[in-house]
Amino acid sequence: PLAAAMAAKRGTDEMRDRVVLGEFGVRNVHTTDFPGNYPGYEDGGDRRRFEEAFRVDIIREEEGALEFDMVGIDAAIANAFRRILLAEVPTMAVEKVFVYNNTSIVQDEILAHRLGLIPIRADPRLFEYRNQGDEEGTEIDTLQFQLKIKCSRNPQAAKESSDPNELYFNHKVYSKHMTWVPLGNQTDLFPDADFRPVHDDILIALLRPGQEIDVLMHCVKGIGKDHAKFSPVATASYRLLPDITLLQPIEDEAAEMLQKCFSPGVIEIQNIKGKKVARVANARLDTFSREVFRHEGLKNLVRLARVRNHYIFSVESTGILPPDVLVSEAIKILMGKCQRFLNELDSVPME
Amino acid sequence: VQADGTDGNCVTFVLHDEDHTLGNSLRYMVMKNPDVEFCGYCITHPSESKINFRIQTRGGLPAVEPFRKGLNDLMGVCQHVLSTFEVRLLPEELRGLF
Repeated sequence: PLAAAMAAKRGTDEMRDRVVLGEFGVRNVHTTDFPGNYPGYEDGGDRRRFEEAFRVDIIREEEGALEFDMVGIDAAIANAFRRILLAEVPTMAVEKVFVYNNTSIVQDEILAHRLGLIPIRADPRLFEYRNQGDEEGTEIDTLQFQLKIKCSRNPQAAKESSDPNELYFNHKVYSKHMTWVPLGNQTDLFPDADFRPVHDDILIALLRPGQEIDVLMHCVKGIGKDHAKFSPVATASYRLLPDITLLQPIEDEAAEMLQKCFSPGVIEIQNIKGKKVARVANARLDTFSREVFRHEGLKNLVRLARVRNHYIFSVESTGILPPDVLVSEAIKILMGKCQRFLNELDSVPME
Repeated sequence: VQADGTDGNCVTFVLHDEDHTLGNSLRYMVMKNPDVEFCGYCITHPSESKINFRIQTRGGLPAVEPFRKGLNDLMGVCQHVLSTFEVRLLPEELRGLF
């Protein structure tokens, strides 16, 4: 009876903590640890217990990418952060393009579309949203850029050359040719700022002699929900921490086969008393291709699961804001949403 | 926000300009409240940006209370996540200060 009770408890613990990947499907997907579901478990929203169990670990922090772990929160909240990172963190991007002269082969609207997608290095927190219906744009909500370039023939080029780099000047229009034109008192407001596209070598259009592009661009602040050009992340994703358990000791050839079934580095083979024994070295590296299930002899000896509340986030920024700032902003935006509804609740009397 | 229900215990809130981002996380926080008997949300139509958020309480508690508590709890969770994250970003020496 004690063994049975312990097995039952292990079963419930598994149901609560792990998402199990079976051969034909995934089990225990939904969060079930709500108060009242499990007798004997204290599941109510206890703030202190959450704060004790929660932790964040920064795994890798590079120029434009950040990988960090969040342990102890639920899928709903992790997903909310991911959704906000993709769609609701504001950035500045080109919205209106005033075309004064465009004699290139790139059509006006295609050119405008391409210009909109260029990431602009401008901290969106310094700007306001433009009011709806406001066509002109003031200095607090608009950045103006100019792109004025004309292609001409190079008189010094060799007679037989066919290399466009030699024959023409300015035949490739790059994003570095975009220049910032300060509006109003922006030079006083931002004395040290250098607003330009994040990357200098984005090819916008190709020209030939006699063609020119003369456009004026207005950048406004927007969010990814409105148009994907405003999304500040190259991508933001998360995965759950893999958890691989070997249900029985696996030796010799089976061990070798097992090692090949998983990503390199996950299973290591140790030599114990002359026999090769497999051991799970680092489950985190696995990408769960489920190759084990294709081998009849191995598929019942391994349990593939994921830890339900351990999220490995990977945030890659387009360069506008560093990824750690993006995550902080996303969390603040979620708080702002809650605050908005709390204010409404307080101001509108409920009947 | 619009509320609508038979008595104070079961209320459907209509939240405008919201979607799964707030809906799912708020639902999770409200479900963690032991006084809540039922909590769910749905998006009425994907073209319209609004959600129907329904709370049913047990024991006569007005449904606005778990809603308010859920919002406050979600804010508290976010605040804690934010502070933990920012502390972790600091280099080793400064971390001991928090």
